[in-house]
Amino acid sequence: MAILEVKNVNKRFGGLQALGDVNLSVEENSVHAIIGPNGAGKSTLLNVLIGKLVPDTGSVLFDGQSVLGRKPYEINQMGISRVFQTPEIFGNLTVLENMMIPIFAKRDGAFSMQALGNTMNEKDVIGQAEQMLEDLNMADKRNFNSASMSRGDKRRLEIGMCLAQNPRLLLLDEPTAGMARADTNNTIDLLKQISEEREITIAIIEHDMHVVFSLAQRITVLAQGSPLVEDTPDKIKGHPKVREAYLGESA
Amino acid sequence: MLGLNGRDTTVFVIVTVLAIMAPFLLNPFPTESGLAQFNAGYPDLMQRFAIFAIFAIGFNILFGLTGYLSFGHAAFLGVGSYAAVWIFKLFTYNVVPAILFSVVIGAIFALAIGFISLRRSGIYFAILTLAFAQMSYALAYSVLSNPKFNLTNGETGLQVYPGDLQMFHNPERVPDLPHLFGLSMRANYELSVGGWDFNFNAGYYLCAAILLLMFYLSMRIFRSPFGMMLRAIKSNQTRMTYTGLNARPYALAAFVISGMYAGLAGGLMAAVDPLTGAERMQWTASGEVVLMTILGGAGTLIGPILGAGFIKYFENIFSKINDSVLHAWFAALPDGLEDFLVAIIYPFIGKGWHLTLGILFMLVVIFLPGGLVEGGQRIGRLFRSRKTRKGETDEATQSTPAE
Repeated sequence: MAILEVKNVNKRFGGLQALGDVNLSVEENSVHAIIGPNGAGKSTLLNVLIGKLVPDTGSVLFDGQSVLGRKPYEINQMGISRVFQTPEIFGNLTVLENMMIPIFAKRDGAFSMQALGNTMNEKDVIGQAEQMLEDLNMADKRNFNSASMSRGDKRRLEIGMCLAQNPRLLLLDEPTAGMARADTNNTIDLLKQISEEREITIAIIEHDMHVVFSLAQRITVLAQGSPLVEDTPDKIKGHPKVREAYLGESA
Repeated sequence: MLGLNGRDTTVFVIVTVLAIMAPFLLNPFPTESGLAQFNAGYPDLMQRFAIFAIFAIGFNILFGLTGYLSFGHAAFLGVGSYAAVWIFKLFTYNVVPAILFSVVIGAIFALAIGFISLRRSGIYFAILTLAFAQMSYALAYSVLSNPKFNLTNGETGLQVYPGDLQMFHNPERVPDLPHLFGLSMRANYELSVGGWDFNFNAGYYLCAAILLLMFYLSMRIFRSPFGMMLRAIKSNQTRMTYTGLNARPYALAAFVISGMYAGLAGGLMAAVDPLTGAERMQWTASGEVVLMTILGGAGTLIGPILGAGFIKYFENIFSKINDSVLHAWFAALPDGLEDFLVAIIYPFIGKGWHLTLGILFMLVVIFLPGGLVEGGQRIGRLFRSRKTRKGETDEATQSTPAE
C-alpha cells in the first residue's frame, strides 16, 4: 500500500518549471530514494512534502489525507518527520534535552503551557529519551552540549529525535552531505538498522550513489523537474536514460 | 523544596536572606563617616533595587530563554504604573487591587503588542517593539492628555489629587497614602546601632516579598517543560517546527509573562510613590532593562537581579559624587596632582556616570559574555580547580554540561 502519493504536482518559480507533473508513490515500510542531478527539483519536491511550499497544482496524500496547506508542525503531527541536509538540532541544549523535546511534542501536542512542571520529574519522558539514546549508542553523551558534537553525532541525534516520535514516514534530505566516510557509513548502518527493526517508511533524497544503492529498495530518478524512471536499484544502475541524464554519458 | 532542586533551593535561600538583610548589607558604612555616601540602604533605593529586579527577571524570561530582544518593555511598566495610580484615584489607596490591576493591564498590553510583533523575529521584532513603546510614550505624553479626555495628565504626570473620587478610601481609618491594609508604604523604622542607621521600610519589604515570589516563579518556569520549549525557540525554530511544535504561542506566552512582570514592577513603583509620568515608558527605560539583563547574565536565574542592583546602584550612588567630593578624597596629595586626578576622574562621575556604566558594560560584554554570573562562575572555577589540583580528583576533567 502506498503511504505517500504525489499526483500531478506542478510548481513554477517565475519562468522556471521546478516540478512538472510529478507522480510518485512511496510504498509503506520501504526505503525509497529520490535521486537526480543538481537542479532536478529534489529539494522543491521535499519542501512540498513537508508543507514548506504549496504546489501550483496537484495533490500530495499521506495515508489518504492531503498534506497541502497544512503547517509544517501539523504535518509532523500526522506522522512525517524530516531530517535536514545540515543537522538541525537544539544547539544550546544537552543531548538528553534534545531528545526530550520531540517526546514532549508527541505527548502534549503543538502547544502546552506546563510552566510549573519540572522536566526532571518527567520520569516517563526521560526514560524514553534515555532508551532512544541507548539505541543510538549515545548514552554516554547524555549531558554533552549538542552543538559541540561531531557532524556524524549531530546527524545521529537528529535522526534519533525524529524516531523518538515514532513517525510513519521519515524524510531525509541528503543525510550524508559533507560527512567523512566513516560517519557516512555509520549513518548508512543506522538507517539500515532502523528500516529493518521498525515499521517505518523512509524516503531519502541523496547525491551519494554509495548511500542510495546500499539503502534503497526503490529509486525514482528526477530530471528537470519530472520523474524520469522509477525502478529497483539493480535496474536503475544499468538504465540508459539514467546514465544519460544523471551520469552525463550518452547512451 | 517547593519543587526546586537542591542547587536552586540554595540560590533561593541566599536571595531570600539577602533580601531580608538588605537594610544591613547595603549600609556597611557608619552614617557620619566619609564613605557614607556609598551606602545604599535607604528606602527609596532599596525599593528600586527590588522593583527593577522584578522588571529584569521578567524581561529575562523573554530575552534570556527565547532570545527575542524586546526594546519596548518599559511600555508595560508605564501602563502598569498608570493603572495603579488610577486605582488609587478612583477606588482605594490599598495597594493590593492596584498591583493586581497593573499586572492585568500589563498582560493585556503585552498580548496585543506581542501578537503583532512576534510575526517577525530578530532585529525586526526589536524595532516593532520599540515602535510600539514609543507610540505608547507619545500617547501618554500628549495624545491621551487633553481637556476632554485626560487619561495620563501629560507631562505633569498622573497623581492623586484631593478632589479625586477614591470611592472606598476612608482617611480616618487608614493612612492617606498607599497602604497595605492599613500599613503605610512609607512606614519606616530606623534602627540606630553605634554609628549606623538602618532603615526598615514597609514599602521595601512589600517589594522584596513580591520579588521573592516572582523569583521563585521564574525558577519554576526555567525548570519546566514550558521553559525547555522557550529555550528550544532560541536554539532552533526550524527544528522546533518540524518536531510538531508551534513556536508562536510559546513565544507569545513568554512575551505576556514578561509583560506581566513589567506591569507588576510598574504597579509597585506607583505603590511606593503614588505618581507616574510618561518618562517611565521612554526608550531609554526600555534600554535600561536590556542592559540590566545582559550585564547580569541573560538566561541565568540570578543574573537579572545582579544587573538591576548594579545599574541602580551606579545610577544613584555614582551620580551623587561631585568634584568637591573628589577634591576631599585627594586632599592629601600635592595640589597639582590633586587637580590632575580630579580632572581625569571628573567626567566619569556625577552626571557622567553613564560613561562609567558604558565602559563597564563594554568590558562585561567583551570579556564576560555571560555577564556578572559568568564572572562569578569563573572565580568559583578558579577556586575549585585549585582544590582539585591538591585533592587529585577528576572533577575538573569532566565535561561541563550545557546550560
